[in-house]
Amino acid sequence: MWDTEVKRVSAVKRDYLARLAKEGKRPDGREADEYRPIKIEKNVIKNAEGSARVKIGDTMVLAGIKLEIGEPYPDSPNEGAMSTSAELPPLASPEFEYGPPTPSAIELARVVDRGIRESKYIKLDKLCIEEGKEVWIVFIDLHVLDYDGNLFDACSLAASAALQNAIIPNERHDIGKNESLPVGSPPVSCTFVKYEDFIVVDPCLEEDAIAQARFTVALDENGDIRAMQKGLSGSFTVDEIKNNINRAKIHAKNIRKLLEE
Amino acid sequence: MVKLLIKDGIRLDGRKPDELRKIKIEAGVLHRADGSCYLEWGENKILAAVYGPREALPRHIQDSTKAIVNARYNMASFSVEERKRPGPDRRSIEISKVTSEALEGVIFTELFPRTMIDVCIEVLNAEAGTRCAGITAAAVALADAGIPMKDLPVACAAGKVDGTVVLDLTSGEDKEGEADLPVAIAPRTEEILLMQMDGHMTYKEFEEALELALKGCKKVHELQREALLNKYKDFEV
Amino acid sequence: MRKIVLPGSEVGDAKSKLPGKGTFKEGDKIYASRLGILSEKGRYINVIPLSGVYDPNSGDNVIGVVEEVYRNAWIIDINAPYPAFLSAENVPWKIAYGETLKYLKVGDVIIAMISSVDEARNIDLSMKCKACRKVEDGIIIEIQPSKVPRVIGKNSSMLATLKKYTNCWIFVGQNGRIWIKGEDENVNLLIKAIRKIEDEAHTFGLTERIIKMLGG
Repeated sequence: MWDTEVKRVSAVKRDYLARLAKEGKRPDGREADEYRPIKIEKNVIKNAEGSARVKIGDTMVLAGIKLEIGEPYPDSPNEGAMSTSAELPPLASPEFEYGPPTPSAIELARVVDRGIRESKYIKLDKLCIEEGKEVWIVFIDLHVLDYDGNLFDACSLAASAALQNAIIPNERHDIGKNESLPVGSPPVSCTFVKYEDFIVVDPCLEEDAIAQARFTVALDENGDIRAMQKGLSGSFTVDEIKNNINRAKIHAKNIRKLLEE
Repeated sequence: MVKLLIKDGIRLDGRKPDELRKIKIEAGVLHRADGSCYLEWGENKILAAVYGPREALPRHIQDSTKAIVNARYNMASFSVEERKRPGPDRRSIEISKVTSEALEGVIFTELFPRTMIDVCIEVLNAEAGTRCAGITAAAVALADAGIPMKDLPVACAAGKVDGTVVLDLTSGEDKEGEADLPVAIAPRTEEILLMQMDGHMTYKEFEEALELALKGCKKVHELQREALLNKYKDFEV
Repeated sequence: MRKIVLPGSEVGDAKSKLPGKGTFKEGDKIYASRLGILSEKGRYINVIPLSGVYDPNSGDNVIGVVEEVYRNAWIIDINAPYPAFLSAENVPWKIAYGETLKYLKVGDVIIAMISSVDEARNIDLSMKCKACRKVEDGIIIEIQPSKVPRVIGKNSSMLATLKKYTNCWIFVGQNGRIWIKGEDENVNLLIKAIRKIEDEAHTFGLTERIIKMLGG
């Protein structure tokens, strides 16, 4: 998926980005430690149990939540379950194609899933209908609409926002009145990429395309770490990783405020 | 159980038989696509994007005489009440096919041999009539992308509910009613680009329904025009 | 006053007028085939496009990116629906068979001229022209190809304005790619000005607004 984008970056553009990087500058004029404007709209899809559209710069993602009744896992007979998938339809980028999810799309969905799961954002223990027999399964579907870099944070934020206002559709199954999906405090994820020894937060499309290494960290409300993912073939030093996490703590606080508005 | 869908000439959602649902169209909404459109039609929410014409790949699918029009209709898993598994099913594959063919009918494909024009239709929220809404949105996205066409196609459905011929069915009317007739036309010439029907109608009812659908198409066409012109409204400044 | 037309809009009578670019004739009427601005030139009715892909024409100067390297030729992406062909015979260097890679590799950027476009839309490039060269520095930005005439302006007036107020080197490819070189600050200002031209290409009084923006 994103791999093909790399080919399209011309040598001149690559050289230009590299030269800017040496001077600590980014192609869109941002500071290394600066996010693009973030916009969150909740409850945009009527047929979903919860939904949110998130824009980070020109990247736009729609998350929809659906709840279905299913069987619990044998090792957690009185807990609900969750499942996260990401669709990258060709609508969002000339590089995306229809077809089964690519490894990149699966990685994206799994990283988002881990942040939510490990921060115990969804109170799965409250989603049991009949022990060992029936529980609620929460489906988080991420639909990318416009790709301009940093899908990890956009998807994670959209998922958190969509879960925030989701309902349990009891009425559809004649088992009582609809109620709010029980959730705790959402995880917030921050993504950094590195190219030419320059590390930036919230990569735009061109930065995503030439990134040599990527790092995502999901933090809970206390700033504790709930999930991490290092991606791509380049590497970070130990100090760089630590620095990323400390920077993420500051960003996550600000993003959390947007989420709570 | 017999439910009354039309009472005193008024439908359950308050519309008259020949009335459309509320429609909102916006052209040029996506950043990456060559052309795009966002459309709300009742509770339907549709995004359409056009890429191309671009080199058709792999090369063996190329047609040396014309562009291939490749429309893909896709429903988001959360767009319907019962979650839909991601990926194409038989229904969406059929809709993609008839949509591609309908659009190809108005595009000057011979101007772009060996290429592909990709039309992506994403249904974000669905409530009856998504294929018509999808074609209508796709047409706006094609025009926005600067694709040469002999007309700006448009689609609208009519049907039969409680023995009455009505325009633009809701999902309740589609399920409980007697017939559904989605139609896409080239509005200038009234050529039929797409027609499907399921249910039960007499020939006379069909004539009436078709006339109603054509009238609906013309109204929606005005909204398409407004949306496209609106994008360039400041040009007289 | 300029008029925006849409595909299928009636734009003239075929008995007195001739269908030009962006139009077609059906019966005795002329219709627009695409979204654009209506323009009459002599007996011809044209529609000047407001969007759309680059339509390659022989004689155009374009900025291309090397896509594939063969032993005696290169395939060049010129931002058109078709890749273009650059033969080792049509470059300013003397190249021995199999040594193409020494001169241009995948990702390299060139300024070239379209030497021919045939019926089947096979496109040949040549680098034997005055402006033609391999681009080694600066930056390339992409704009919508339909906006290129506006960036150049009548008799290159807009281009002259941009150069004068930003002190940058600029080369505008007909295919919507623009090469820029200059001081970082000036380059940033120039890019902003070009984006403004792109966004407001269809409005009046643009040159004045651009001059004002550039501090003139």
